[in-house]
Amino acid sequence: MDKLNLEGTEDTPTIVLDSENNHFEISGRSLPEDSAEFYQPVLDWLNIYAANPNPQTHFTFKMDYFNTASSKLLLDVLSKLEDLNGDGHDVKVLWFYQEDDPDMEDAGEEYQDLIEVPFELKTFSV
Amino acid sequence: MSDTEVNTELESLDFIYDVHQTMRNKELNLVYEGQITQEITKSVLAMAERNMDTSGEETSVKKKVFNVMVECLQNICKHSDEVNDEHSASAIFIIGREKGSYIISTGNPVLKGKITDIETKLSDINKMDVGDLKTLYKSTLKNNKLSEKGGAGLGFIDIARRTGNKFTYDFSEINDQYSFFTLQVKINKD
Repeated sequence: MDKLNLEGTEDTPTIVLDSENNHFEISGRSLPEDSAEFYQPVLDWLNIYAANPNPQTHFTFKMDYFNTASSKLLLDVLSKLEDLNGDGHDVKVLWFYQEDDPDMEDAGEEYQDLIEVPFELKTFSV
Repeated sequence: MSDTEVNTELESLDFIYDVHQTMRNKELNLVYEGQITQEITKSVLAMAERNMDTSGEETSVKKKVFNVMVECLQNICKHSDEVNDEHSASAIFIIGREKGSYIISTGNPVLKGKITDIETKLSDINKMDVGDLKTLYKSTLKNNKLSEKGGAGLGFIDIARRTGNKFTYDFSEINDQYSFFTLQVKINKD
């Protein structure tokens, strides 16, 4: 299927959804004017992918910052992954946060509580 | 040009010095008055980030200030009500300092009918401790639908969690229909 590749800007994250190379990632800053509109292509892509997923889907989140409206949409993305996992597919969320960023660490832990999917919290340094 | 004319012109410029003095005395680093859009939000954020970088602010404090600014500015973007007269859609956004802490103040017109709702929300949040706020954040995140204007209903809760401080707020009457909603929150230096 077609890949979805969006380069990050000062208010939107980098998005890579590439089933051919088994690369799934959202990273950077997310504070778009309309978060529902911004994330719709991501949700659409995941809906199509779910019909015929790869044997393994490891989805990376590597966020510097996201606003509250984006937090709702990131939960929607995670819910799609939860559904995929519920259908018996091998799914894992890799949640990266900067070593000295307790906010992104907490955010990862909160999503981990809300979503039934294998979830790994990892640190990265800049 | 006569002397009187020169004088009048000079007098009329006194306000610049007054504004400058007020800003210096109250340590107001940034004051913006006007309509707040996403483009303005990005510019204001970039300016504030540069100011904090220049003053060598700690990363953790910078992140908190950035976070609170985004929620405040986008709140105004999404919730400011358009008043169809001389106050039309005009808001104010201020970042100041006080004994090392950052103070963020905002003001925007709201329909009077919304006042009770806003007051209840803020006074409820002001009564909560860190644990309550975390629980409320998670339940709102899970159960709330995005509003038509794209708000998640999480802005105030998020600000209270990040700052650990209480909101100060007030409503000043503009006319029969509208009030000016002012909000202030402090971000401590760690």
